[in-house]
Parts: sequence; C-alpha cells; structure tokens
Amino acid sequence: MLVLFWTDILLFSLVVLVVGFAIYASRKEHLRAPWREVSRSGVAMSALVVLSLYLVIGLLDSVHFRPQLADREDADDVRYSTEVLSAFDWLFADLRKRSEKTYSAPFAIHLYNKEVVESELGERRQVYPRLKFGGAHLPNAQKKTIDIALTSVVAGLKALALWALIVLAIARLWAYRESVGTRQGLQKILLGHTVVSWRAILFSLFFVLLITWVAIDLSQKYHVLGTDKVGEDVFYQALKSIRTGLVIGTLTTLVMLPFAILFGIMAGYFGGWVDDFIQYFYTTLNSIPSVLLIAAAILMLQVYLDNHATEFSSVSERADLRLLFLCLILGVTSWTGLCRYLRGESLKLREIDFIQSATALGVGHFSIIVRHILPNVMHIVLITVVLDFSGLVLAEAVLSYVQIGVDPTTNSWGNMINSARLEMARDPIVWWSLAAAFIFMFTLVLAANLFSDAVRDAFDPRLRTRS
Amino acid sequence: MNSKILQVEGLTSFLGSREYPIRAVDGITFDINQGETFALVGESGCGKSMTALSLMRLLPTSGRIIAGSVRFGDRDLLRLSETQMRSIRGAGISMIFQEPMTSLNPVLSVGRQILESLAIHQTLRGKAAWDKAVDLLRAVGIPRPEQVIDNYPHQLSGGMKQRVVIAIALANEPKLLIADEPTTALDVTIQAQVLDLILELQKKRGMAVMLITHDLGVVNELADKVAVMYAGQIVEENGRETFFADPAHPYSQKLFDSLPGLNKRNEELDVIHGFVPSLQSTFDGCRFFSRCHRALTLCEKKVPVWSHHNDGRVFCHLYSTEQKDTGLSKHQVHGSNNEKLYADNYNDRSALLSVDGLKIHFPIKSGLLRRTVGYVRAVDGVTIEIPKAKTLALVGESGCGKTTVGKGILQLIKPTSGKVMFEGMELTRINSFRLREKRSDFQIIFQDPYSSMNPRMLVGDIIAEGLRRYSDSNATSRRRRVRELLEKVGLPADSMERYPHEFSGGQRQRISIARALAVDPKLIVCDEPTSALDVSVQAQILNLLKDLQSHMGISYLFITHDISVVAYLAHEVAVMYLGRIVEYGPVDQILSQPKHPYTQALLSAVPQLDVRGPRLFIRLTGDMPSPSDPPSGCFFHPRCSQALDTCRSQYPPVTRLSDGHLTNCHLYTAES
Repeated sequence: MLVLFWTDILLFSLVVLVVGFAIYASRKEHLRAPWREVSRSGVAMSALVVLSLYLVIGLLDSVHFRPQLADREDADDVRYSTEVLSAFDWLFADLRKRSEKTYSAPFAIHLYNKEVVESELGERRQVYPRLKFGGAHLPNAQKKTIDIALTSVVAGLKALALWALIVLAIARLWAYRESVGTRQGLQKILLGHTVVSWRAILFSLFFVLLITWVAIDLSQKYHVLGTDKVGEDVFYQALKSIRTGLVIGTLTTLVMLPFAILFGIMAGYFGGWVDDFIQYFYTTLNSIPSVLLIAAAILMLQVYLDNHATEFSSVSERADLRLLFLCLILGVTSWTGLCRYLRGESLKLREIDFIQSATALGVGHFSIIVRHILPNVMHIVLITVVLDFSGLVLAEAVLSYVQIGVDPTTNSWGNMINSARLEMARDPIVWWSLAAAFIFMFTLVLAANLFSDAVRDAFDPRLRTRS
Repeated sequence: MNSKILQVEGLTSFLGSREYPIRAVDGITFDINQGETFALVGESGCGKSMTALSLMRLLPTSGRIIAGSVRFGDRDLLRLSETQMRSIRGAGISMIFQEPMTSLNPVLSVGRQILESLAIHQTLRGKAAWDKAVDLLRAVGIPRPEQVIDNYPHQLSGGMKQRVVIAIALANEPKLLIADEPTTALDVTIQAQVLDLILELQKKRGMAVMLITHDLGVVNELADKVAVMYAGQIVEENGRETFFADPAHPYSQKLFDSLPGLNKRNEELDVIHGFVPSLQSTFDGCRFFSRCHRALTLCEKKVPVWSHHNDGRVFCHLYSTEQKDTGLSKHQVHGSNNEKLYADNYNDRSALLSVDGLKIHFPIKSGLLRRTVGYVRAVDGVTIEIPKAKTLALVGESGCGKTTVGKGILQLIKPTSGKVMFEGMELTRINSFRLREKRSDFQIIFQDPYSSMNPRMLVGDIIAEGLRRYSDSNATSRRRRVRELLEKVGLPADSMERYPHEFSGGQRQRISIARALAVDPKLIVCDEPTSALDVSVQAQILNLLKDLQSHMGISYLFITHDISVVAYLAHEVAVMYLGRIVEYGPVDQILSQPKHPYTQALLSAVPQLDVRGPRLFIRLTGDMPSPSDPPSGCFFHPRCSQALDTCRSQYPPVTRLSDGHLTNCHLYTAES
C-alpha cells in the first residue's frame, strides 16, 4: 500500500515545479542563455552529475509504502505491515536487514569488541567473534584482501562497460542532432569541442559509476563503512540520510520563497508605510536568535507528538511531521536575507525607466510587479536558493547535533554525528560513523557549492562579461 | 617648433577571440606636432577610444596590438617594456577620461590623489609636493585651492571634478595630453569653462593635445587638425579651417548635414542610411560603400587609397586620379530629398496642456525620528502651456529640475502644489482610477534607450503593453496593431519576435516611440530622447518625431539641453534655472534675442560650427547652487554679471517683453 508523507508530496511537487520551469525556460531566450552558460562549465556539469546521483537516491527513498504481510494466507483481508518502507529500502533490502550485533570496522570480518565465547570443550575464551554477514563467505581472514580486490575489479569492469555503452549512445544521439557521423561525434565529445560540456559530464559519470558499482558490489559481502552500536550498516544509514538532507535543503526554500518574494517586492515597490512595516517586521524577526526559535518550536512540536501519539499510524509518520516542521521553522527564520535583497532590487527597479513608462501607460500595480519586477529579480531568487541549499544541509547537521533537529529515529548525517560523538573518546576509536557522515555531506555540499557558483556567474548581470 | 611629437603608423588593434577578432583599430596613421591640438572625430564604436588606449598600451584584456609603430619622441612605445612604459604614462603622455565621477577615487582626498601622481614620477615629497599640488589646482582654475585640496571628490561638482582630473593629468608636465571626450558628461556652460581651460593650459605649456570627441562643435572650438574616423580607419584628415569649410569625404559631409539647426527647421534632416558594418567582417572595398550617397562601382571592390585634397588627405576613390573612367554605382544610396516641407497644419492655439504654478518639493529627512528638516525644491512654481501639435522645449542644465517637471506633469511624481490642466481636466485632483483611464493621452520617451525597456520581454509584448488594457483587444488584433506601429516607426515587422538587446540605441528609441504611440497619445514628454545617440541616428529620430507631429498632431514637451535640437524642433522654448522658468517665448525670439542673462550665457556657451575665435562668450563663474538652499532674491544673481542690488533681495516678477516672450529679470522690470 502506497503511503504519502507530507514531505514526499512536497518533494515531488517541487520536482514537478522544476520540470515545469525547465520547459518554460527552454522557450524564453533570456532564460535559456544563462543556463547554456552553465552547461558550458565543466566543473558545474561534473557537480551536476554528482548531485543527480544524490537526487536519484533521495527520490527513490521518497516513494513510501507499507509492504503486504505475506505470512497470513488464510485471511480474507489483505493486511499490511505497520513498518513503512521506501523504494530504496526495497532495492537495498540486503543492506537494511544485515545487522550485526554491535560495532564492526569497515571491511571487517570480526566484531570490534571481544566477547566471551564458550568452545565445544567448555573452555571460555575472550575472542573477536566472526560477523554474521560481513565477509561471512570467506573461509579465513587471509583471503579478504584478494576477495576485495577481485570484487572491485569485476565491478569496475562492469562499470566501464556500462559507461562505454552510455558514451556511445550519447555520441550517437549528439551526432544525429548535429548531423555528423558517430565517429566524428565521439571525437568531438572526447576532445571537448561541444557546446555543452559533455566531456566533463561523461568523465565524472565514469567516476560516479565506478564508485557506486564497486561500493554496491562490495556492500553485498562486507560492511564497507562498518556498523554502528546496534550493528546497523553505516553505509545504509549514510545513504538514507541523503533524503533528509535533500528535504531540508529544498523544502525550506519552498517555504521561505513566497514570504521573501512577496514581502521583498512589496516593500521595495510600494515604499512608504508598507516598506516601514515590512522592514520592522523582518528586522524584529531577524534579531531573535534563530536557534532559540527553532528549539522552542521543535520542543513544542515534540510535546504535541507525545500527547497525540495515537493519531499517527506509524513512527515514520511522526518522524516525518517533525522533519516537515523543521523545514517550516528553518524557512521562517531564513527568509529575511532574500527579502532584503529583493527589497533593494525592487527599490532600484521602481525608478527605472521601463517601470515608469508602464505606469505612464496605465498598467496596474499587480501587472507591473508580475510582468516587470518579478522576472527582473528572478536571477537573485535563483542564486540565493542555490547558494542556501548547502547552508541548510549543514544547518540540519548542527541542529540534530544539539538535538533540536530531526527525530532521532530519522536517518540523518546530524544524527550520525551525534551518535558518533561519544565514541570519539573511546579507545580504540570508532571513527567510521563520523567519517561516513562527513564524506557524504562533504560531497553533497561541495557539489552544490560548485554548481551554485556556476549558476551565480551565469545569472549575475554584474559578473556577466560581454564579449 | 613644428617637430613631430607623436608619429603613429599603421596601428592595428584587435579585440575579442583570435578566430573572429573585432578589428577595432585597423591600420591608422597620423602625426601630432608639438603644441598642436589634434582632434579625432567619429561616432560611437568607430574605434577612437581604442586608438587612445592603444597609444597608452592600456587596452582591455581581450585586446591586443597587432601591428604598427607609435613613435613618441625618439622611442617606439610598442617596443618598450611594461616598466619603461609606466614611466611614459603620466609623465610623457597623460590621459583624461569622459566620466569625472568615476575617474577619481571616492575614498581619497583630492590632495592625496594629486600627490600620488607627483610621487610616482618626481621625487617630490612633503611640503614641496603639497605646494605643487596647490599650484596645480590653482592652474586649473579652482577657487580656494588650499581648502579644496582636503576635499573628497563627492564634495565637488562635476565641472570641479573634471578640473581636478586635468590637474592630475598635468601634474608631471606631459608633452601630450589625450582627452577622451573630456566634456561629454558636462553641461554646456561647464563644458565651455573646461574647453577654455584646456586651450589656455595648452598655450601656456606648449603641450600637444589629442582630443577625442563626437561633437563637431567642440572640435571647432579647440582643434588645429581634424581626423575623421569611421569603422576603425581614418577616412579624412585636414586642418580645421579647410575641414569645416569643405569636408571632402562623403561621410564627413553627411555628418555635417545631419546636424539639426534653426536653418533646417522646415526640412527633413539628412540621415546616413544603414549601419556601421560589423568590424568582425573583412572588407574588400570601401567600408562606407553601403551607406555612401556618392558611391562609385569601383568602391565596392577596391579599397580606396589616400589622395591629397585641399592640403589634407582623404581616403576615398572620388578624389583619386583613376576615378574618372568609372561611373556612378548602381548601388548608390539615394539621399533623402530635403525639399520635404513640414506644413504647419494646425493653427488651433488653444492649450492642450496648461501647467500653472507647479511645485514639486522633496522632503529632506534626518535624525532618528525622520523629521523633515527641509525641502529640495526641485520644481518651484513652473507655469507653461502647450498648444495642440506644437512643441515646447524645456531647456536647462542638469539638476535644474526639467525631468521632474516632465514626471510631475505625467503624475509619475505627485506634485506638491499647482495645477496641471489637460484638456480641461485637473490631473492632480482626479482619483487614481480616473487617472489610469486618462493616462493613454500623455506618454513619455526616456533618454536612455537601454533602461527604458524590460530586457526580459519581447519587443512585440513591450509595444503591446499599453493595448492590453482595452477590453476589446485580443491577441490577433494586438499583433496587427503592433505591426502597424513598427511600420510607422520604420522597423521591420519581425522585430516583434526579438528581444530589446538585439537592437541598436537608435532602433530601441524607435521601439520606445512605438510603445508610446500604441495608445494614441495627444502629448508625449520626450526626456532627452536623442542625447544618448550619435548625430546621424539623432537625425533619424528627430525626423521621425517631426513627421509624427505633422501627421498625427501630437504635442511634445521636449526636455533637452541641446540648443541645436531645440532650434530644429521646438515652437516655443522655456529656459529653466534651479526649478524655475527664467525665460519663455517663441523659439526664434529666444535664440536670436535672448533677454535673461542666464539664457544669454547658456546660448553663448554652445560651441558653434561656423564661427570661432573671439565670439561673445559670457563666462559663468561657479556652479549651479543646490535646490535645497537656493540663493536669496533672484536665484541667478551670484553668477550673473549684470546683477543689480534688487536682484539680491527680491525674486524678479514676470515681465512681458513682447507677445508671448516672458522673462523673470529685474533688468527689464527696471526699464518699464
């Protein structure tokens, strides 16, 4: 049975919105030109490939359902499990189910802790027991390195083969569109003689394919990033956290945009008491420490959730509401920056000749705002949204660390860091939870930042160079 | 004395990519003698600024010098190392730029900036350098230099800033001063002061000046030798007198013909058809061929050679020896027939618009509680009247409030007091809904063709914007109307599917006019619509405006500072000074017999094409006072050479000199 969480609905409507905007933009030259500029940048395109991988995982993880309970054949009614799973969980069921007893290091085949084992002879010894799943197929530890290398090489070859197919397909398509031979198309793409930076896309795609394939193949046999305190696979946790990061980074923006655009343009365009009111409003809001506001809101919500536990059909649903609420409150505290930019820009545009001449033609205020001001501030909105994304992903980690972020049952990088915090002090150190969260977050934020830099360069009229 | 200080030979500079370079400067050759003023004239984009930057080796990063030599004294500047070149810049050759606002660093005091240039090339330090800086400021005619030296640029007016810029350029006594449009950003009275100063300094120091300008009037005031540039090449070079008496190249001739003036009132102005060819293309023949009215068959295929003509030289086949056997080209562009007369079809003298005592004051707020501490009296009691199908020109220097008058009449700025009667309707009193209904009757065209259109809308949508309000309009009828309008302003119908940035300045101004015409206005406020355009393009726009007036009976309120445009277009003139009108009357009376001392000064400051030398030039001292704190009595008295005692205490009343000629001046009240 399909389950729709609030964040799922919003996330997919955002995807629809973005696709709609892309279709709209492709018809307008002034919107198409800067995106063409972005597509020329190799760095931006590589970042986009990485971002797409995250996006695919995040979206897969956003299709939720409750699996049918198969064990009751006699019942007339079909019954569903109370546990809510996602398409991602279903695809990576192995990863989810293969829990160990407790900590184990990456690629380990033994537990990280010694346990007392009673041998057949009744002798009690302290040993590192073998893992239930990690490397269970190996007869002994000596074969491990060879096995890992072999699996990696096979996976790498498979990735290479798929990549070669993709390259050929793209070269064929490109050559068809440009009406040249496939061979020539391939040559041009690989030499980087195309408008869109296909070479960068394909080479980063190769690395992405290689790493994913190797990681997936290895994760069938080992815990590539180890296991945590309750024996859950850290690699799985880190992958699950992607959705949380994406939701926080995008939905928050969706929440804040209407406020920022409406208030910002109104303040700048109308001026006078409207401007005074809006300015006082956001200055006041801005002077409240946002962490306090978030803490108060989240704690209030938690009280509500605890008191009305019966109204939710599953734990995941409660956790999802908290995630949504976190987006809302982060949105409410973060719209003032964009609002300020938009106010300044509208203030400038209000006096510009084409607005004056629209007024002289008798065009109404609403039409002026929609037709003249909004399209001319859109680049600021876009730049801010893209730049804010990485900041919000990082904010989630910080908030979860001080425990006013997402629900503790939700997988998130913040929660991973939080749970790894205590283990940093133990000896030998458990480093892999922290490292995994760090690597995943770092990759996403770096890709987002590189991409947003290119977007800003293309859209900011002050940086645009006329050649 | 006549030693050559600068010899440029075959200088070629390219911009942009290596595959498709823009040939900004393409093989130009000229000499500048010691103590001489060499003027490089041309329209925007012809490469005159790039020439100057190439001489200084200051081309933008995408530019590079391809060939040629620049001999300054006995050194070839193009062979020097960057370090050696730095010792030339400022000390040997120095340069002043067009925009005095951006040529000075706003966070350094004037003194520091002069000292900086002194410290680089001379080892002057401390008191000696300070004294030298004060001397320089005094030399460029800055009053109280000891005080001004501590001022920051924003405390100085535009004219003062340009003087400081000149002082910095002169600090190291250069042998050659390159002045790139030094007065274009300044008002005429200030321009006259700065031109005077350059002439005087040149005489005193015997330095050579290379003057880059588009204004033939300025050339006539200053230059000894003139070179005309077109599409990256020099096409004609001659002494000033011969050049002005008998321009040889067809392009130069056209430049003169397209200038507006009083004597051309009843004719259509001559225009240069077509566009400057793209400098990315390569040329087989003469670059002016496609626009030339005297082109020969030869011109298309063969690059002209230099021929001697009237002591000068000209780059045209017409003057070469081999031209006799070739006939006129079929491709010849026909000049417009100048006999077209603008009949005055409209004799209805009743006022379409009458403005009575219009005041627009902007409050100055300060302090924590934003209390109003004073007012900027941008417009302080303006009374004008515009009859149907007539043009009233509102003339004045920048900051006198003429644009504010225009916006106040259109109710784009709410007037503080006064009446604006349009066809018997009081616009300041009616509610905003009625006003919106009425707005289609009065429209506005702006100065800047780049900011007057939403860059994100198609031209068709821009023009149709005013049509949307009519309930009976649908998409097809709007498109039909837009097509009609484009045809009327002389643009192809497919323009509507394009974006504004694809058009040149003149074409954009046509689109602005089409947008205003869409709603069938009776009055158009033209706010300096041609001051951002080249003369040949200006002529096209002026022709269009005049044509529309004679066919559609539109009235214009023409806001400008350009007297020649006023002479060509206006029926009546109102001269504004500091928010008030000082003289008002028919155009021929104002231009031929100005009465108010300010009008006299303003007119005498305009550089003329036909006279030069000791003409009557009334020099205005100082700058226009601030409209937030106008002087007592007559606002003009601190700068007036004929001020009486009463001028200091009383604002002069309106004096009627003759029918329709009014002025506010005590000189004439005393007589009567």
